[in-house]
Amino acid sequence: MFKTLRIILTSALVRGILGQLIGTALGYGFIAGLRALRGAETPWIYEPALAFGAIIGVIGFLIASGVLTDWLKWIVGRRTPLRHGAPEGKPEWSRYFNVDYNHKVIGIQYGVSSLLILLIGGIFAIIFRIELAQTGMQWLNNNQFNTLFSAHGIIMIAAILGGVGAMINYLAPLMIGASDMAFPRLNAFSFWVSVPAALLILSGLAVGGWDTGWVGYATLSLRAPVGMVLFLLGFWVVGFSSIAGSANLLVTVATMRAKGMSLFRMPIFVWAAVATSIIQLTATQTVGVALTMSVAERVMGLNFFDPSGGGNPILYQHLFWFYSHPVVYVFVLPGLGVISELLPVFARKPLFGYRWVALSSLGIALVGFLVWAHHMFTSGMADALRVPFMFSTMLVAVPTGVKFFSWIATIWEGKLPKNPPTPLLFVLGAISVFLIGGVTGPILGTIPTDLHLHDSYWVVGHFHATMFGGFIFPFFGALYYWYPKMTGRMYNERLGKLHFWLMLPAFWVMSIGQMSVGLLGMRRRIADYDPALGIEGTQVLITLAALVIGWSVLIMLYNLVFSQRRQPVADPNPWRSRGPEWQIISPPPEFNYNVPFEVVGDPYEYGLADTTYIRDVARASVPSGD
Amino acid sequence: MSVVNPVPAGNPAHAPSLAAAPGAPHEAHVEHGLPHAQQVRANRLGLWLFCFSELFLFGALFTSRFVLWGNTRPELSQVIGLIATAVLLLSSYFMYRAEMGAAHGDRKTFLRGALLAAALGTLFFIMVVVLEWNVFGLEANLFGIEIFGHLSTADGVYGGVFYAMTGMHALHVLSGVVFILIIWWNGRRGRFTPEDHWGVEATAIYWHFVDVVWVFFYPALYLMGTVAG
Ligand code: HEM
Ligand SMILES: [Cu+2]
Repeated sequence: MFKTLRIILTSALVRGILGQLIGTALGYGFIAGLRALRGAETPWIYEPALAFGAIIGVIGFLIASGVLTDWLKWIVGRRTPLRHGAPEGKPEWSRYFNVDYNHKVIGIQYGVSSLLILLIGGIFAIIFRIELAQTGMQWLNNNQFNTLFSAHGIIMIAAILGGVGAMINYLAPLMIGASDMAFPRLNAFSFWVSVPAALLILSGLAVGGWDTGWVGYATLSLRAPVGMVLFLLGFWVVGFSSIAGSANLLVTVATMRAKGMSLFRMPIFVWAAVATSIIQLTATQTVGVALTMSVAERVMGLNFFDPSGGGNPILYQHLFWFYSHPVVYVFVLPGLGVISELLPVFARKPLFGYRWVALSSLGIALVGFLVWAHHMFTSGMADALRVPFMFSTMLVAVPTGVKFFSWIATIWEGKLPKNPPTPLLFVLGAISVFLIGGVTGPILGTIPTDLHLHDSYWVVGHFHATMFGGFIFPFFGALYYWYPKMTGRMYNERLGKLHFWLMLPAFWVMSIGQMSVGLLGMRRRIADYDPALGIEGTQVLITLAALVIGWSVLIMLYNLVFSQRRQPVADPNPWRSRGPEWQIISPPPEFNYNVPFEVVGDPYEYGLADTTYIRDVARASVPSGD
Repeated sequence: MSVVNPVPAGNPAHAPSLAAAPGAPHEAHVEHGLPHAQQVRANRLGLWLFCFSELFLFGALFTSRFVLWGNTRPELSQVIGLIATAVLLLSSYFMYRAEMGAAHGDRKTFLRGALLAAALGTLFFIMVVVLEWNVFGLEANLFGIEIFGHLSTADGVYGGVFYAMTGMHALHVLSGVVFILIIWWNGRRGRFTPEDHWGVEATAIYWHFVDVVWVFFYPALYLMGTVAG
């Protein structure tokens, strides 16, 4: 007990947090000290000092946690062999609290933090959802409401980015037969830098919150409470994680694939990971510029967005959406990849149109760069931009459609089990949910309808459906599917099914409810609404559905935590998959493949006689399902 | 800013074992490193991807300049701008010499080139951040040329865009100078060989990249459009 405590207290996580506190204090004190020298008084919460402190705090976290140590040693020319395994004399589990360079450990670190953050964001949503169940203000004031929905948005995005990082980190190297990522230290950096970023955003709540929503539009952001600046900086720091992580993944896939694994023989999830990473690598920079400018305008008085100094608030929106539209594909592409990955395994049929599906991920990523201004039809941007962006928006439906057709054709005449296991349920649920999310999109992309629907609850319904269908459902499906791989044990199937059958109907009620109140005049981002709209009944339903979703997620967390001890050891390949990761023991050894494999066939030829995907370079070929 | 650390270990003969060789047996002390050539290939690709990413950072700033300034520009000291640009381009030349020196095992050329590149980079930084920014509002004349700028942070979008573009670029110059000094210091201690000087190569690529960005920023800030009254 005491030893456990000591290990946790000396872990990188705790050291990092202390470092962040100290760094923040130093940064704050530096600015306050400069002011004192000039004889000015510094109020308790002084924004420039807070901003500077926040940046120094992040550096403090990184140094104290030790992710930078090896690089700092390189600077003075020291050699630093990569450390493997648990720190000297400490138990295996302590790896998860410390800087570890193994991609599987980092993947699980991402995954656990993502679920934790998801829980926090979910609690916020439930708090303000209860407020919305009735007209009038019951237990929140306007400011609290604004802060809560803003925090809900950005926290969920952080959770999604974490979940995406989890899937990509854990799965991609395994799937391509690499022993790790190309740059393990950079990989650890990507994870650890997102921790102080999340702490920054959360601490924004403590100093009075902010009220701009997750988009942080100028010029409201320039007048928002002081929590705004922590939000902006936290968001900005997350960008380092995205950029470093995506560069790492791209290099890994480019240089470390197994022998014989040509691009069109990669598992389809890897294609999704590549497309995702291309977006993260590039688009993140432009939102970084938008956020930097906002901080500079608030803190240093530079002018970019405030029209009173000649600035242009529309510029913020362009820079912001140039990232934030593509990033919605970062959220969904890995999830859609999971759907394409799992369906053939359960249908025992080849993935229909593998090449098209692979290319559609790239297609979505590229077209996704051309549509950002569909978020700005009502913003007053140049008129000439409207119609072109309407057309390009419609174009996204094409590669997305390719995926849908492929899924349906893969299921068609397949041998889906009569009693589908939980991962399959989640995949099928994801398809149904992503479908409503998808079809409500073009309605928003069409200017005449968008003029009515913009900033209404319809939009809220739309993007919850796309993100649940494209991320949450597939992510949960992936957690169940690869659970035996990660832990070596099977999850509890009955609880898994209970989770699904609570969450899917509840989600449908919630999402369709949101769209319907939106059509009836409910605006988004407001704390109260007119009883004369006659939507109170639906609002209550939405709140109840949200509560059910919340409970169902708790059931999943219980399942994931306790199955590790109570459930039987899983079969090494419970799904009879051909994926390389399933041909080795679970959990995989430290360096994945003790015997390297060679790709000799196509990845998804389920049900075809005499086909093999991989075989050991040294030994005889691995038998491959049926 | 440099997340893809372009200045790794002096000597990859100590190649940090970045990942396990597939199939390597699992004795605890076996180094699980990629073969050196493969690691350098990966590093190179990573660095180019990082530059590609940074292109969007500078591209966004560049575009913002046209959105906010349109066909105008603030009044800036043409002399400082021109000299600073020349200085930066010259430093790229010396960086090139340094890299060639390292590649051919010519330590003297390498060290001299690196030091000159760092010095010129510092000079550029001083010209932009000290003279043109003129945070303390100084005034001075040298040979009849005003050497301090007048633009202030309070000058609306002219101040905003100018400080943002030069500031973001200067940050990269500064980090580049630090990197060059690091390879110079490691080079003096004999850490690079012709086979193995990735640190030098990486710094050179980064430095040229930062230079090329300025080739676009300079006209956008100093030359295009008419001076706003
Ligand atoms: C065929 C596909 C899609 C189309 C045509 C489409 C179209 C649109 C349009 C036009 C809007 C702006 C609505 C408004 O504010 O007036 C919007 C909002 C949004 N969409 Fe989509 N969308 C599509 C798919 C997706 C996907 C796959 C996701 C994400 C995972 C997504 C996430 C969002 C989000 C988060 C917003 C709200 C942003 C905000 O204002 O806060 N959309 N969509
Ligand atoms: Cu969009």
